[in-house]
Amino acid sequence: MDGTVTLQKSRLKKQKSVENIFKTIFLIFGMFSIAFVIFISIFLIISGVPAITKIGFFKFMFGTKWASTAAKPSFGILPFILTSVYGTCGALLVSVPVGIFCAVYLAKMAPGPVAAAVREAVDLLAAIPSVVYGLFGMIIIVPSVRKLFNLPDGANLFSATVVLAIMVLPSIISESETALRAVPKEYEEGSLALGATYTETVFKVSLPAARSGVLTSVILGTGRAIGEAMAVMMVAGNVANMPGIFKSVRFLTTAVASEMSYSSGLQRQALFSIALVLFFFIIMINVVLRKLTSKGEVK
Amino acid sequence: MIFTEKRQGDFMSSVIETKDLNLWYGKHHALMDINMAVPKNQITALIGPSGCGKSTFLRTLNRMNDQIEGVRIEGEISLRGENIKNLDANVLRSRVGMVFQKANPFPMSIYDNIAYGPRILGVHKKKELDEIVETSLKQAAIWDECKDRLKTSALGMSGGQQQRLCIARALAVKPEVLLLDESTSALDPVSTSKIEDLLLELKKKYTIIMVTHNMQQAARIADRTAFFLLGELIEYDNTEKIFSHPADKRTEDYITGRFG
Ligand SMILES: Nc1ncnc2c1ncn2[C@@H]1O[C@H](COP(=O)(O)OP(=O)(O)OP(=O)(O)O)[C@@H](O)[C@H]1O
Ligand SMILES: [Mg+2]
Repeated sequence: MDGTVTLQKSRLKKQKSVENIFKTIFLIFGMFSIAFVIFISIFLIISGVPAITKIGFFKFMFGTKWASTAAKPSFGILPFILTSVYGTCGALLVSVPVGIFCAVYLAKMAPGPVAAAVREAVDLLAAIPSVVYGLFGMIIIVPSVRKLFNLPDGANLFSATVVLAIMVLPSIISESETALRAVPKEYEEGSLALGATYTETVFKVSLPAARSGVLTSVILGTGRAIGEAMAVMMVAGNVANMPGIFKSVRFLTTAVASEMSYSSGLQRQALFSIALVLFFFIIMINVVLRKLTSKGEVK
Repeated sequence: MIFTEKRQGDFMSSVIETKDLNLWYGKHHALMDINMAVPKNQITALIGPSGCGKSTFLRTLNRMNDQIEGVRIEGEISLRGENIKNLDANVLRSRVGMVFQKANPFPMSIYDNIAYGPRILGVHKKKELDEIVETSLKQAAIWDECKDRLKTSALGMSGGQQQRLCIARALAVKPEVLLLDESTSALDPVSTSKIEDLLLELKKKYTIIMVTHNMQQAARIADRTAFFLLGELIEYDNTEKIFSHPADKRTEDYITGRFG
């Protein structure tokens, strides 16, 4: 009797210590990721703030002319900001509704084998590196846009937006689909039992019940769109114009990427400031949409 | 005794009738030759051991089994003399409402839960909806508990309240028949007795068919009781008769707790 009690005690002790070891390991990993975020933030602030103070906050943020290598240089990044905003919004305008409809079809309507095949394709699309999307854009989309709209050059904001929309689609589809699949069957049965058709049920019950996952998919999509550099660099023409739908433009990301290799002095510092602005945008998007999702969730 | 039964049979019109109803899940024969007439404005209880086909039978009445792959149904079910095969499934379901075992309010406000069915049926005027919401919640005896929080999430209610909300939601589309599948099995005695009182009140306007594992519950509130065993309808009669003088040995064994 005594023996089993001590045995159990020692077993408990052992379990406890194993548990503690795991807790510590997870804590260390958790700390690592937080430390990285803090480190990157500090790095960006330290390297990005000087140029902004030298140029002047308003001149930098709202200046419409970027001429970093001119004899009398000018560092206004409004063209980049607006291009990034327009490009991202334009892409989302297409890919959010299309993506959600695809997800609804895959999760709720497509017959099993079809859904499996499409899902496979979507996952593959998500894994394709952005330079490949860029190539596809250069070879297919840019010439088509040029011909379709009768333009001298097809590398412009419109083409870039199309490429972004395609790139964002997979993450919206697969994330929304997962959320839709997780909707309890009881909700749908409840709706059907009240006389709703299956389509009504999907759009009035399943989709609202999955909204937090769907919004997350939009966050991911927005993040991918605004942070994308390689593909848009290849199809947007890369000229620092104020944006217009058929104008060659430069995004926040491509502004940094295209000049970094040969930059120096204030120009180099200004590129860091652009990165800081970009970083700020991404944090904002996360905060805003996080708020939306937590509000939408019903406990 | 015989006289009263005959008389009852004469003037109690049946709302739902099944004729030689058979159902297969793939190869599994789950319902066998069920012939049953469910009288109007009465509570009919379905009892029987687990897996005997009670839920299957209930779900056949509002064609919820249509959703399931591999189901084959033979025989006829009529709602007020009309074959339900000839009705649109969604029309049928708005006439034959259903409350499930597990309360399943939608993740929306209490108001939107109740208004869901009427909205589907095309009611959109706020005044009309307000009225439907209020009467339905009152009918389900839950109005007083939630009238001040109609705009809050239904998921914040207790289990018993959620189940009464689901009953109210089903009543909001003004069905003729109400199907309940073990709708009180997950509830505490107080909530259960509230719902039982509620059903006794509701049978004045609706025809109720309920599955229950609780013999006392069937004896307390059901007018008619049907005993199922392995997909067969063994006995179907007035509740007192079933519980005092069952005609079939198996019924007796079951209600006295000798098996099941
Ligand atoms: N979707 C399904 N596919 C295949 N077989 C099923 C399905 N649903 C039920 N069955 C089978 O049909 C039979 C009847 O099931 P049913 O759910 O109607 O029983 P029940 O009487 O409601 O039981 P319980 O009291 O446990 O709820 C069981 O043998 C069950 O395994
Ligand atoms: Mg059942």
